[in-house]
Amino acid sequence: MARSIITIKDLTKVYDGQSAVDQLSLSIKQGEIFGLLGPNGAGKSTTILMLLGLIEPTEGEIEVCDLDPITQPIEVKKRVGYLPDDLGFYQNMTGMENLLYTASLNGIPRSKAEERAKELLEIVGLTDAADKKTGKYSRGMKQRLGLADVLMKDPEVIILDEPTLGIDPEGVREILQLIKQLNEDQQLTVLLCSHHLHQVQQICDRVGIFVDGKLLALGNVEDLASQLFFEGSYVVNVEATPINDQLIKSLESIDSINKINQTSDTRLEIYCEKNISPLIAQKIIEQDVELHYISKKDYGLDEIYHRYFEGRDES
Amino acid sequence: MKKPKLTFFKKWSEQLKQFVQSRKQNSKEQGSGSNEKSTPVRENQDPSIFFAIVRKEFTDYIKSWRIIILLIIISLTCLGSLYTAVTTIQDVISEADDSAKEIVKDSYLFLKLFTVSDGTLPSFITFVTFLGPLLGIALGFDAINSERNRGTLSRLMAQPIPRDYVINAKAVAALLINVVLFFSLGLLVMAFGILILGIPPTLEEFLRIMCYLILCIVYIGFWLNLGILFSVRFKQAATSALASIALWLFFSLFYTMIVKVFANRFLSSEAIQTASDMIGRQSLVLNIMRISPNYLFSESTNILLSPSVRSLGPLTMEQTVGAIAGPLPFSQSLLLIWPQLTGLIAATMICFAISYISFMRQEIRTN
Repeated sequence: MARSIITIKDLTKVYDGQSAVDQLSLSIKQGEIFGLLGPNGAGKSTTILMLLGLIEPTEGEIEVCDLDPITQPIEVKKRVGYLPDDLGFYQNMTGMENLLYTASLNGIPRSKAEERAKELLEIVGLTDAADKKTGKYSRGMKQRLGLADVLMKDPEVIILDEPTLGIDPEGVREILQLIKQLNEDQQLTVLLCSHHLHQVQQICDRVGIFVDGKLLALGNVEDLASQLFFEGSYVVNVEATPINDQLIKSLESIDSINKINQTSDTRLEIYCEKNISPLIAQKIIEQDVELHYISKKDYGLDEIYHRYFEGRDES
Repeated sequence: MKKPKLTFFKKWSEQLKQFVQSRKQNSKEQGSGSNEKSTPVRENQDPSIFFAIVRKEFTDYIKSWRIIILLIIISLTCLGSLYTAVTTIQDVISEADDSAKEIVKDSYLFLKLFTVSDGTLPSFITFVTFLGPLLGIALGFDAINSERNRGTLSRLMAQPIPRDYVINAKAVAALLINVVLFFSLGLLVMAFGILILGIPPTLEEFLRIMCYLILCIVYIGFWLNLGILFSVRFKQAATSALASIALWLFFSLFYTMIVKVFANRFLSSEAIQTASDMIGRQSLVLNIMRISPNYLFSESTNILLSPSVRSLGPLTMEQTVGAIAGPLPFSQSLLLIWPQLTGLIAATMICFAISYISFMRQEIRTN
């Protein structure tokens, strides 16, 4: 079992009587990609800033790389790279110069810094743009430069706050691949914060769902899905015309179907225990109904996430 | 919020260490105990990192259009005023006969380079009084909030540097610009003066000019720190620029006017019976004027560069009886403006202290 590199215990942060983070306990293992998921304002950024010692927690203990960020913020910041969500660079400097400046802030000697910057620009695919002013960079390029910037100090952990924000799908894919690759090649621990669930889902080893300062669920994506959707692990979507009572009745007669929801005039949502799509299709056709579409629904984080919110609204 | 405590702890542990070392070997264990905790803090105090920020800020300043334009304007106007001063002085010298020339040479002619004008262009000191604050504001007004708005502040804060490095380095870099600019300008004016007039400055004149340059730097430092204060306080660079410029206009134009309006009423009041009452009222008005940093600066400039000015306040007849109308020695001039100078420095420090503390306590996040 890998050692835990970030340990959070009963972390609480209260702003004006309102708790942004409430009794959060979490442990992140070395070498894993952990996704912290939550809507805007859930307290993700607050948690991250507390990990870096930039915000003082009201209560609780944090340990990052065996250090306490409250008393030794600088030591922690030497080991942890942080990519903020509102990432910006000095626009009148080139990408290379920005990286070298970061290096100088980390006390890396110039010659070594240049070498490393070149190497990193190569990794993130910005070698051609190295001598371009960052003011002319596109959003995706900035994000990639940000990644290089975070890696300049050769960190043990990188914390990425919304790394895919405002990037086109192809760019997102590249960045996620890059993160995955870095994680594999350099045994980097990655803490990823996002509300783009399906993106996070692709690369995270474990995710935590974080709402209103509380951690609602923790585990890998499959675990979360099975925890939540016990009532029927399969959902089949059907589009057919016309849908009538007779059709629904005949479908209900199938044993393994638990529940049928009619979502619109032509659509049905069928919860069943097994994947019985062919059987359903057959039934529908027997009823002389035109079947336009049938598919088994896969549970992704979107559904998990949505389900959590549904639950929250009811309670 | 934690940092001040930390630095306090560091100082304290350093003191303890020194104490322990002076107490020699037997208490070495204690010494190493306090060492352990202070070492990591010590390592971060690497001055090269601090100067890396200063260097970057300095480069940013001299590359930014706004500063380049201001520097050019200030240099041009100052050289222009030098030209008018030189021509005026040359006219005077050429008109005077030999004996008058001797007198002229004794009467701090060199200082006149900075103060004299022929009426077409204001003198060097007028330009500095007017444009100096603008330079200070231009250097300071977006120090912190531009970092915040560009999103570089959070990236900067994620680097292993103490938070105060950022604001300190910015202040140092801006001051450095000031120092370089004013010393080069002042020395240039002096050099041209020597070249064109052919009169070398006396040591006293030289010292007076140096003091004047330092005074300029302090004065601009005040406006710089005011700008930094507003840049910490206001999230928008435009707000902080407008606020500082409003204050600058208020003090350089309206404040004197407003005080004068009230002073007229106040000083011509029929309730004044005695001379001491009159003097009391005069000095009250003067002290109200002195709230304005511009007034403090122009007072000090006057005393430094015009040695014949002997006093800043009203003088009674008794006080002037028996006084020989002559220039004040340098040490006495310095003594006279000492309160003004300390006042300016204090105002500068207060501005910086407030911005320092509020920056240390501020949230790093943009929203």
